[in-house]
Amino acid sequence: MTHKPMLPELMKAHGVSRRGFLKYCATLTSALALPPALAPKIAYALESAARPSVIWLSFQECTGCTEAITRSHAPTIEDLIFNAISLDYHHTLQAASGHAAEEARKAAMEANYGNYLVIVDGSIPLDNPAYSCIAGVSNLDMLKETAAGAAAIVAVGTCAAFGGIPHANPNPTGAVAVSDIITDKPIINIPGCPPIPIVMTSVIAQFLALGLDSIEVDELGRPKAFFGETIHDRCYRRPFYDKGKFAEGFDDEGARQGWCLYKLGCKGPTTKSVCATVKWNDGTSFPIQAGHPCLGCTEPDFWDNGGFYKPLSTPAGNYRQWGLGALAGGAALGIAGGAAARATKARAKSAHEDVNPHDLERDT
Amino acid sequence: MNNPYFDLLMWARTTGFDIALTILIAGLLLRVLEIAVLGRKRDLAAPKGNPVAQGFRTVFTRSVPRKGQLKVAPVTYVGGYVFHLGFAIAFLFLGAHIALIDDLIGIQWPEANKALIETAAALAVVAGIALGWTRIANPVRRALTGFDDWLVLALSLLPLVTGYIAVNRLFGADQTLWMALHILSAEALMVAFPFTKLTHAVTFMMARYYNGSIQGRKGAES
Repeated sequence: MTHKPMLPELMKAHGVSRRGFLKYCATLTSALALPPALAPKIAYALESAARPSVIWLSFQECTGCTEAITRSHAPTIEDLIFNAISLDYHHTLQAASGHAAEEARKAAMEANYGNYLVIVDGSIPLDNPAYSCIAGVSNLDMLKETAAGAAAIVAVGTCAAFGGIPHANPNPTGAVAVSDIITDKPIINIPGCPPIPIVMTSVIAQFLALGLDSIEVDELGRPKAFFGETIHDRCYRRPFYDKGKFAEGFDDEGARQGWCLYKLGCKGPTTKSVCATVKWNDGTSFPIQAGHPCLGCTEPDFWDNGGFYKPLSTPAGNYRQWGLGALAGGAALGIAGGAAARATKARAKSAHEDVNPHDLERDT
Repeated sequence: MNNPYFDLLMWARTTGFDIALTILIAGLLLRVLEIAVLGRKRDLAAPKGNPVAQGFRTVFTRSVPRKGQLKVAPVTYVGGYVFHLGFAIAFLFLGAHIALIDDLIGIQWPEANKALIETAAALAVVAGIALGWTRIANPVRRALTGFDDWLVLALSLLPLVTGYIAVNRLFGADQTLWMALHILSAEALMVAFPFTKLTHAVTFMMARYYNGSIQGRKGAES
């Protein structure tokens, strides 16, 4: 097997100081919401861990997730951590192509059977295998074959985690998530369109340093450290929501003042992610800071959840047609009901018999 | 993979809302038109007072307690005011609700801040509970209270309670789930609206005008 350098060697090669590395470990520990005392343990584990084999499978995807993870302005420490794994198969990043690439995947699987990590981005089409094939192998077959020997699977991006955009109505390819197919392996979902780079690298680092069991996930398989709170709760524009100050358009005074984007359709209140705190591009900004409402991309079916620019409190169905029908139907029923009551009244009146005191006396 | 909470929220925002709005509109039209079409027999006697003026005046004067009544039933009056005002403020001045009204009929107005909305909502809930208590504590009111009274009280308070929990994430509440429950509770209120005493919110003006104008015609107080 070829020599795979350990992290200290890689650090030296990239000109990263030990101080820089330890700072990263402290940041990582904080980002994962772990006790500070664990920072040295993470540093030790990352330094001494053998680089595990990682097979990255790209199915029905846009390469946005790969773009995101590589957009960490190399050589950052995140990039270094990425180098600390042995990425044996990745369409976009590997030098090999064609049969050589597929051979690399098979070789890595054989050499590390039962121990390698599978990262998946993209959904899997079930309607017709030809919708997405790699080297003549359908996505479904490749996933099943590769997952069989995996220690764990990380579904990166909303497509792999929940089906994502390919799964959006009317789902022309019958796209499904990884967890819809693989049920006998631990799966960690890191949704996002794309996910935040440090979230991806941190989860992988935690897996390396503290093991799979240390990653606490929610009911949707997302690490709680990164998907435990809504964007709304951590949003810097939240005070404007509380004050009742909203942007009504993308170019009005409210938008210029940086007020809350709820009325422009922001899905922050129902979207769990650390976008508002970790942010993107080295903590520079995130969509809401850039003036655009959150689309809710870390949640399942975000593409079909009632429109990106409709406020969460507004109806998303066909109420106008139903309402018009109700107006006509209600009016008809009301007039008919009133008419029936009038008819009853008229009948009662015509059936009325006059009674005088003599009649009453006679009856008794 | 689906998020069941989000699926519930989406059902509430789509099919649930469509059904609730249809029943609300059709039901209210049915009730109001039925009353209007039934009409009243024309009174040919010369009026002793001014029925129209007294009818309109009564629409407002019935919102003020009669002399001495405030002392007789303080909880009913004060609780009634606080509940109605609190409900109205929470419903009409929260930004999310204004966005809904804007979407429905295209009009909007300025929002109030969270502190005012939440104070109003909390006071309305306390008032509702107090009103419920009088239905238990007072033997006459207890005898007069039926299932529909409790149903209407519960349906009126639920949107306030669920909304408060959703916004403040009380008890670690999941916002998506509680937003869905909040919308569903409001839809339950919409469905019950035309077929219970909740209809008074629409018919009270008709009823007050009618009573006032009859008394006005007779030259009596109303």
